[in-house]
Amino acid sequence: MTPNPYFFIVIFVGVAVVFPLMPLGLAWLWRHFFQPPKPGAQKNATYECGVESLGEAHVQFQSQYYLYCIIFLIFDVEAVFLVPFAVAFTGLPVGAFVAILIFLLLLIEGLVWAWSKGCLSWAREKSVE
Amino acid sequence: MSEQIDEGLKSELQKQGIWVTSTQELYNWGRRNSIWPLQFGLACCAIEMIATAASRYDLARFGGEVFRPSPRQADLMIVAGTVTKKMAPQIVRLYNQMPDPKYVISMGACAISGGPFKQGYNVLKGIDRYIPVDVYIPGCPPRPEALLHAFMELQRKIDGQKLTGENKAAHLDRAQPSEFPVPAFGAHDLEPPSNLDLFRPPQIERV
Repeated sequence: MTPNPYFFIVIFVGVAVVFPLMPLGLAWLWRHFFQPPKPGAQKNATYECGVESLGEAHVQFQSQYYLYCIIFLIFDVEAVFLVPFAVAFTGLPVGAFVAILIFLLLLIEGLVWAWSKGCLSWAREKSVE
Repeated sequence: MSEQIDEGLKSELQKQGIWVTSTQELYNWGRRNSIWPLQFGLACCAIEMIATAASRYDLARFGGEVFRPSPRQADLMIVAGTVTKKMAPQIVRLYNQMPDPKYVISMGACAISGGPFKQGYNVLKGIDRYIPVDVYIPGCPPRPEALLHAFMELQRKIDGQKLTGENKAAHLDRAQPSEFPVPAFGAHDLEPPSNLDLFRPPQIERV
């Protein structure tokens, strides 16, 4: 009689449960019989290279940063296209030159638009909502 | 516990391919062959420590090559170099943050006593003023062989630690502290200048 093919999965799950539980149980027994736990204020403190930690760990970043991320994309994409453009500059036909110029103008237009909206000044007043 | 096994019987069994051991021996055998040091160096001794860990001197032979960047995973603190008074509180705090069992090697003249900078206004005159030191290595700086020797001495010390009884190892003893007070910056010196439970300043007797 052949065993149920799923029987091996049952064995596998059993081993997967027992295998991590065994060292945890052994560690618990060791702690119980031999090594008493010695927690302390400094031992449990946040590790900060030996310096006392200051303030909260949950620091919030201002949502204004997303504008900078978007504007960064303009320069990022521009750099990617500018490098091959510069390398192949002397051998380019007029059509390709005009095409890349239009592309650059589009990006510059985006930058000018963001600038005119006041996105480049950091501490914005409430009037520029 | 290991005293209860007759040594003659043990070797006789070993010849037959039966390995007899005790919990204490097994525990210490595992511990002494995987001493993970805390990864930090203070001065020129650290260069020798790095050389010891590298391939030529090969600390890995003793199971101690895994330098941990966090005290949570470290067993051994190698105080390698001059301890300034600015740095001493951080070192004591790092020692406190290490889990038990933990050991300290005081490497070089500076970590032992302040060394050539002993007269300096900002130099701590030995890290043993604040934390318990297990092995001292003299030298300025000690050669990698000396650090290896200190490692072997530490292994010997760990091997001899008792699991139960009156003089059991400090980390197994509930009464023994695991943390030591961190000195604070005072007006002229660290406050207190030394932990008097650990360290007694040498008295000069005038006759």
